[in-house]
Amino acid sequence: MEMLAIDLSLGLEKLLLIGGIISFSLLVAMYTTYGERKIAAWMQDRRGPNRAGPFGLLQPAADGLKLFFKEEIIPLTSNRMLFVLGPALAMITAMLTSAVIPWGPTIEVFGRQVSLQIADVNIGILYIFGVVSMGVYGIMIGGWASNNKFSLMAAVRGASQIISYELAMGLSLIALLMLTGTLSLKSIVAQQMTGGWNIIYQPLGFLIFLICVFAECNRTPFDLPEAENELNFGYHQEYSSMKLGLYLFAEYVNMFISSAVVATLFFGGYDIPFVDEAALAANIGVNATAALGFAALFSKILFFLFLFIWVRWTIPRFRYDQLMDLGWKKLIPLALANMLITAVVVLWLNK
Amino acid sequence: MHITEILFWILTALALFSALMVVSSDNPVHSVLWLILVFMAITGHYILMNAQFLAIVNMIVYAGAIMVLFLFVIMFMNLNKDSEPQKSVWLRLAAVVSGGSLLLILVAALKDNGGYINSMKGEGSIGLIKNLGNTLFTEYVVPFEISSILFLSAMVGAVVLGKKESSTPAA
Amino acid sequence: MATLTNRAKVLEQKPMSFMERLYLPAILKGMGITLKHMFQKKATIHYPEEKRPFSPVFRGLHVLNRDEEGRENCTACGLCAVACPAEAITMEAAERLPNEEHLYREEKYAAKYEINMLRCIFCGLCEEACPKDAIYLSETFAPSNFTRKGFIYSKDELLIPNPVTNKESFEAAKGQREQQLKNK
Repeated sequence: MEMLAIDLSLGLEKLLLIGGIISFSLLVAMYTTYGERKIAAWMQDRRGPNRAGPFGLLQPAADGLKLFFKEEIIPLTSNRMLFVLGPALAMITAMLTSAVIPWGPTIEVFGRQVSLQIADVNIGILYIFGVVSMGVYGIMIGGWASNNKFSLMAAVRGASQIISYELAMGLSLIALLMLTGTLSLKSIVAQQMTGGWNIIYQPLGFLIFLICVFAECNRTPFDLPEAENELNFGYHQEYSSMKLGLYLFAEYVNMFISSAVVATLFFGGYDIPFVDEAALAANIGVNATAALGFAALFSKILFFLFLFIWVRWTIPRFRYDQLMDLGWKKLIPLALANMLITAVVVLWLNK
Repeated sequence: MHITEILFWILTALALFSALMVVSSDNPVHSVLWLILVFMAITGHYILMNAQFLAIVNMIVYAGAIMVLFLFVIMFMNLNKDSEPQKSVWLRLAAVVSGGSLLLILVAALKDNGGYINSMKGEGSIGLIKNLGNTLFTEYVVPFEISSILFLSAMVGAVVLGKKESSTPAA
Repeated sequence: MATLTNRAKVLEQKPMSFMERLYLPAILKGMGITLKHMFQKKATIHYPEEKRPFSPVFRGLHVLNRDEEGRENCTACGLCAVACPAEAITMEAAERLPNEEHLYREEKYAAKYEINMLRCIFCGLCEEACPKDAIYLSETFAPSNFTRKGFIYSKDELLIPNPVTNKESFEAAKGQREQQLKNK
């Protein structure tokens, strides 16, 4: 039972790390909204927000303040407690995933080895799955508690979509796990540092995983739960003020964390491409290498965030039957085939 | 008190309270949500037992997937007080008797099994994914495969049931 | 079904080929197009900082003109009101008093001159009708207002600033249009 006995300085270190990561992901999510609007504008030959601050950089703060100062409306016929619980759950589950992502190699602070990962649990990937599967409830509870047919429909759509795509996502990851032989994200990154990124070995698995991540984040082309032109606004139709803000914001936090997961699993995490980290650490010190590693991870994340936005402003939404067709009839068999082929290859190589 | 013990008691209280709320809630949707909380508490217990794989699978499968399907059905049925069927006194009596006997059996089974419970506390590493996988695929490989066949047949059955019957003969 | 014309094109719907059914090439192509657009020239003009040049025939808000000595040109003949297709102009005439010669150019002047900017269609017929070069359309837009009353412009809003006492704003109100026309 000693494993849970918490050393005080360790606790402090973890608390600081948690605070740092949460505020960092909120900041990134804020500026992703700005990036989304800017990139959308550029792709449509417009200029995007440019009035609040230089280049419109204060726009996310203005948006956030606007949401805070709006009137909170709780519909009379709604279920009050669940109505409030919905957005809170959405936000909490969005943030929880960040716990198992290694944000960088170990650094040294005052002679202590500090890991830039909140919790290195040996079931890291499964933990992510568990939290993601909890994410459905934010949508479902909010949609149902609104007591509105459109919201309910959106909630059910969202839940069925997320459950369906979770299967293909898991199957595509199993192939990856056969190669790595571990579920801990930290060791997966360590393996990629020496043996090359997983995207080389699992291109199909990556593609399936990426598509499923889009579906899990409810991003276009899979944004059926909030399809504006079909369901008015989807599950957050009855929400106003910051509760709506939390729902919208959770989507961006989700995007950020998912990008981090994709970068960690398939693109080497904090691995700096074509650089030997151990030699670098000997030259410029451990902490500088860690900073560079984090920068590498962050640039990978930024690329995926850009991809999210890029796809959103290019591809139109799927119809519901097309969505289910893609999920069940295409992605799952593909992922199964990928899994089998990988298993055969792994066995053959190990023989 | 040790921190694990504090966590244990908090989780136990949460699990029991939520379980009671599952039974006593008027609204079936609330019942399901309380049930999710029960599963969460049980997940916490698994983690305390160092059975991380079981914990997370419990969360993914039960709390994450099965309960969502439950919610699906219940949300669409729009159950309320008016549609609640009146149960007869005999039915209630039968329920009390069967529930009571289940409790009796559980108490009798667990009454003097201190050693067994102790073995579940902590240090055991059987719940870790590596050991669990090794055990499943060596000692219990036959039951494991049989249960997978069971799942396969269930899947086929679901597809057969779900398939649309062509009402008109193909022209 | 018989076709009405022989121009109807029969669209052949072939089943999609394997590459088409993959969708990914098409998606990548679309993403290439959106990426290309990101770096293209934007069509937007930053309005308050950057203004589009007016065409020489632009017709904005009306201005009641003065001559070089700052006397009003208008004689309240009413030709503009007659010419106005939207019936936006009303006026009342008055006789110039002996000590008012520095104010009005002719013996008769408009005591009241109102244009309803909500009715006005900015056709410029009043400008063409005016024999005294007293009214013309300037280069300013009609600004917004909170009430309907605010859109009925009276004489003091329409009159151009006095060129003797306030030369700069007179020039500004005249705008660059006359200059451009003269240059041509």
